[in-house]
Amino acid sequence: MFQVPTIADLNLGLTLPALSLALGACVLLLLDLFVPRERKEITAWLAMAGIAVSFVLNLAGFNESGTAFLGTFAADQFTGFLNIVILITAFLGVLLSLDYLKRAKIERGEYYVLLLLSAAGMMFMSSANDLIVVFIALELLSIPLYIMATFRAPDLKSEESGMKYFILGAFAGAFFVYGAALVYGATGTTNLPEIFAAVNGIIAAGGSQMFLLLMGTGLILVGLGFKVAVVPFHMWTPDVYEGAPTPVTAFMSVGAKAGGFAGLLRIMVVALPVFVLKDGQTAAAWQQTFWLVAAATLILGNIVAIAQTNVKRMLAYSSIAHAGYIMMAVAAAGTAGVANEATRAALLYLMAYMFTNLGAFGIALAIEKDDGSDTGVDNFIGLAKSKPALAAMMTVFMLSLTGIPLTGGFVGKWFVFKSALDAGLVPLAIIGVLTSVISAFYYVRIIVNMYLKDGEGDPAAGATRYVNWAIYVAFAGTLLMGIFPWIATNLSDTVVLAVEMFVR
Amino acid sequence: MENLPQLVPLVVFIPLVGMIINLLWGARLGEQWAGWIGSGAAILSFLVSFLLLTYLTGSNYQSVVVNPPFLDGWLSIGSINLEIPWQQRVDTLSVTMMLVVTGVGSLIHIYAIGYMHGDERFPRFFAFLNMFLVFMLILVTGNNFLMMFVGWEGVGLCSYLLIGFWFDKAKGVGWKNSLAARKAMILNRIGDFGMLMGIFLIFWTFGTLDYYKPGEIANVEYQEHLVAQLTGEHGEAAAPAEGEHGATTTEGEAAAPAAEGEHTEAPVAEGEHGEAAAPAAEGEHAVGPAIPEYVNNDHIATDQLGVFGKAQRMLEDGAEVNFGVVSLPIETVLVLITLFLLLGATGKSAQIPLFVWLPDAMAGPTPVSALIHAATMVTAGVYMMVRSNVLYHNAETTSLVVALIGATTALAAGYIAIGQWDIKRVLAYSTISQLGFMVAAVGIGAYGAAMFHLVTHAFFKALLFLGSGSVIHGVEHGHHDVSHGHDHHHDHDFDPQDMRNMGGLRNKMPITFLTYLVGTLALAGIWPFAGFWSKDEILADAWLSNTAGGYVVLAMLVIAAAFTAFYMWRQIEMVFFGKPRTEAAEHAHESTPAMLWPLVILAFFALLAGFYNVPANAGPFTIFGFFEWLFGGAHSFTVFLEPSVAYAHAGEFQGGIAAVALILALGAILLARRVYGDNKSVTADNTDPLYVNPATRQIWSLANARLYWDETYNRLLEQPFNAIGNFLAHTLDWTFWHDYVHEKVVGRGFNALGDLLSSPVDLGIIDGIVNGLGRLVSWLAGGLRRIQTGYVRTYAITLLLGVVLVIIILLLPMLQSGS
Repeated sequence: MFQVPTIADLNLGLTLPALSLALGACVLLLLDLFVPRERKEITAWLAMAGIAVSFVLNLAGFNESGTAFLGTFAADQFTGFLNIVILITAFLGVLLSLDYLKRAKIERGEYYVLLLLSAAGMMFMSSANDLIVVFIALELLSIPLYIMATFRAPDLKSEESGMKYFILGAFAGAFFVYGAALVYGATGTTNLPEIFAAVNGIIAAGGSQMFLLLMGTGLILVGLGFKVAVVPFHMWTPDVYEGAPTPVTAFMSVGAKAGGFAGLLRIMVVALPVFVLKDGQTAAAWQQTFWLVAAATLILGNIVAIAQTNVKRMLAYSSIAHAGYIMMAVAAAGTAGVANEATRAALLYLMAYMFTNLGAFGIALAIEKDDGSDTGVDNFIGLAKSKPALAAMMTVFMLSLTGIPLTGGFVGKWFVFKSALDAGLVPLAIIGVLTSVISAFYYVRIIVNMYLKDGEGDPAAGATRYVNWAIYVAFAGTLLMGIFPWIATNLSDTVVLAVEMFVR
Repeated sequence: MENLPQLVPLVVFIPLVGMIINLLWGARLGEQWAGWIGSGAAILSFLVSFLLLTYLTGSNYQSVVVNPPFLDGWLSIGSINLEIPWQQRVDTLSVTMMLVVTGVGSLIHIYAIGYMHGDERFPRFFAFLNMFLVFMLILVTGNNFLMMFVGWEGVGLCSYLLIGFWFDKAKGVGWKNSLAARKAMILNRIGDFGMLMGIFLIFWTFGTLDYYKPGEIANVEYQEHLVAQLTGEHGEAAAPAEGEHGATTTEGEAAAPAAEGEHTEAPVAEGEHGEAAAPAAEGEHAVGPAIPEYVNNDHIATDQLGVFGKAQRMLEDGAEVNFGVVSLPIETVLVLITLFLLLGATGKSAQIPLFVWLPDAMAGPTPVSALIHAATMVTAGVYMMVRSNVLYHNAETTSLVVALIGATTALAAGYIAIGQWDIKRVLAYSTISQLGFMVAAVGIGAYGAAMFHLVTHAFFKALLFLGSGSVIHGVEHGHHDVSHGHDHHHDHDFDPQDMRNMGGLRNKMPITFLTYLVGTLALAGIWPFAGFWSKDEILADAWLSNTAGGYVVLAMLVIAAAFTAFYMWRQIEMVFFGKPRTEAAEHAHESTPAMLWPLVILAFFALLAGFYNVPANAGPFTIFGFFEWLFGGAHSFTVFLEPSVAYAHAGEFQGGIAAVALILALGAILLARRVYGDNKSVTADNTDPLYVNPATRQIWSLANARLYWDETYNRLLEQPFNAIGNFLAHTLDWTFWHDYVHEKVVGRGFNALGDLLSSPVDLGIIDGIVNGLGRLVSWLAGGLRRIQTGYVRTYAITLLLGVVLVIIILLLPMLQSGS
């Protein structure tokens, strides 16, 4: 019989980081009513305070593991690590937005509330232990982003961007729900550990249940793959990234990916790691598909990025490419015994990508004009003369995105490639290396533009105090991760997502 | 008295100090001080050597091995059982060499003070001379082959430095001097190869490099005889004398009964010998030389023996030496060792085939020629072979080779000397020839005779060289006076060493002439000069060897002796007799006393030295025993050597051979007087009378051309070597490697590759790829632009297609597996 759970059964203590942020967003919504229109930075500061509180709670509970909300919510180091990434992203997102909103004349308090809600959705995603929670978190993550993308309305591009994102996101979300339903049909449960327990029986039974599970896995991949923008579910990315206000782009390029990959890793590593077609196989049934997706993402993302002239579009394709690298780690997690290592690699990559990408968007934001123009690759020409510090930091960000040693990007790529090789995905690793080389083409072009081409150089009027702070933090994070990688690896080493693997 | 051998390190140390002083402060000390410090060091060293001689005479010539202070563990590597101590050996052989080196060396040092007067590098010259003494004395006093090699190389270095001492002379002379020094160095390197190989083989075979270990008896036969004699003399009163040992280890310190078998029971514990080993003479202490405890080495284990003792032991055992893949009998190994050592000797002692450096070495200052290239260094090879007499005696094949090489060298060099114009060059070939006598003596087993000739030769050849130096000096000064007085340079290329520029110096330089005459007669082997006795000893031993080889050697040496007399008298005629042929000779005058006194002293020894080894029963030659009586017995020098040279047998006197040799020598002198005497020593067209005479023209020309020996080497070795060098340097390295490989293949290849990479590959392929990629990208972009329409429906369709694709890919394996 259904037992009414007591409040103690909910284990609310473990949910505090995510819950506090969600609550903070709600409180902020109320408080914002009392903030004068011309003093909306107060809302921003309050938002940042909420993020800080959540961050502290997260660190305090970093090593506490357990489930909450009757087993639908899991708290562990994986959650803790991803929450760090998400909260820093949110924090920097607020910093980047502060002055931008003002000069774009779109400053409204709801923006920060939406940002906090989206971040809360991401955090729920990282803790999701049930397909339904994954879906709720996905929606919580996405819907504020749709709104934020259109925040520049009545700017047509911004409106178009948000609209497209919303329609396609809903479309993809439907696939996810369908997939979840199929998995439920196969296993009779939506709880991830229970799915894991049921998988053995399905493999033994085979037939339609197996078919259902495979279909479900594929559709879940579609739903979350859309969020993280992997080929072939990436089409929306350039349009949305270009059209959305730049701080929103920065936030969603990192946050949405972190949330999406959190869901993917949760489902694939916790629920379906031993889902093989036949007894004795060491690679999960979904691995091949994942690696094909990763390969296609890497190739397409990197190649098409070359052709871009708008830095936001370029960074959009770049983010697609980086999703490919993380996808590589997810694919690697399909091999028995490599799952934890691959998970850590994905987390590290996400963290490195977070710092670097936010920094890069920060600088793109700095040279952007008030009306959202001048975000071309050519606008970087001569930046080394006008803003040498910005140019130098941009160089580091570009190198980090390329994966040059002593930058965070290298560390991330190193672990991802290593896990791919450990998983036996040699062709994928080779594709990864080759596409990294190709990626240098468009990243270095920015550096060439800044240093080697003659030009007056953009005054970078957008590089205001808070933006600079955000860039500094991103820059420091990029270098710290590159030079002292063990700070991050020590943190990630405690992450154990996969249950004890066994090869039958 | 018994501590005297401890002084032997001083023999080396004193010249070392002299060298250091002259090297560091010579320039500040000035000529006078530098010269006398160098000479003083040599003289002091000589005095120490003399003290060592008195020790030997006072102790039955028992050998001593001394460990100099501070040098105990010279080369000692425990892990590979390598133990080469720095030990100096005082025995009759080494003391003989020390006396010769330091004695003649002292005189030459003093002479050099006069000769080198005014030279800008005067102190350096004396530093080098002292350095030479240091190394030469290390060579002769060392107790192992490695020390010998250290000295061997050191004297080679000094030789090089001193031959090229005037490397900066004007008009290309300095260059010639440098070339001569280089030639000496290179040819000696070839010999050193043999030397090293010999030493390596010795170490491999015997596991040690020591000649004899301390306490070992070199000449067992002599020792038995000595002990028998001493016990016979003293009867039961034979007693130990020394109880004290210190660092000195005499070979057989205490008295012992002579009877074999008993001595083996005698305890060896130091300090106790006296009581324990002499049961017959308890308590009684007789004054006089001790009776050696041991008469042979039977009490010493084989692996405690030195090289020579071990060689004999191994020969008795018929041992085999294992060389990894092959095992050779000890006899064969000895032949190999001795042949390699012989190669070393032919380099240092200027024998065929490596002798060609010595005539050129006369480019050095004359004292150097006298000391290094006549009296001492060049005899190192002979000393080495005499020292290794045990090895050579037991390697008959090598001995024959040695004898033939020596005799051939003696003959060939003597012949070449006839055709030379340069006063020093004649002496140089003469030296080679005389060294050939010594080497031949070693070859026929006459080790004592070889050493005897070495000593006498050191005196008279040093005398001759110094005499020639005096002549050159005189002529040079005469030339200087003339050109100065006439105030014009009438002859730029005046050669003060060319005998054609001399003549009639007998009256200008009387003392030089007289002493030179003594040296000439000694060298020619005229009775009763030193050369007669030593040369005759060799000839007699050749006769007594009673083998075909011995007779051949005898014949060759007799002819060589005749040549010797002939070319020496030719020189006398050309230099001292007749009329002065140049103004320089006209104005030549006698040298300074510093140069003349050594000449006189050396002449004294050139006359006298031979008497110390007069043979017994030589009838009229010793004035029926008068000389024997006067100089303390027949063959006293050979007897002196016997304790340290196991096979130093004195041959019986051969009156007939002595007579023939003497008659031939006198005949040669008379012939030379007929040819060159009475002012016709040089013909009007400035050439040799023998060349003018058609009957002898060929003979003389061949000698003048030095048998084309240098040319042959030049043709056979130098030119091919240069051709190879040229080929390697120019053709292979420059033309082929640099021009072709570097320039054409690498350079052009690189350029071509660069072109290829830049033009077709980079511009074409890479750029093509990049451009193509760009085009592809733009095409893709075009295509994508068509796909990336911005229409949401397109995107949705694409997404749907993606879904289908993903599902298909996922399901494919399942369909394949049929489950």
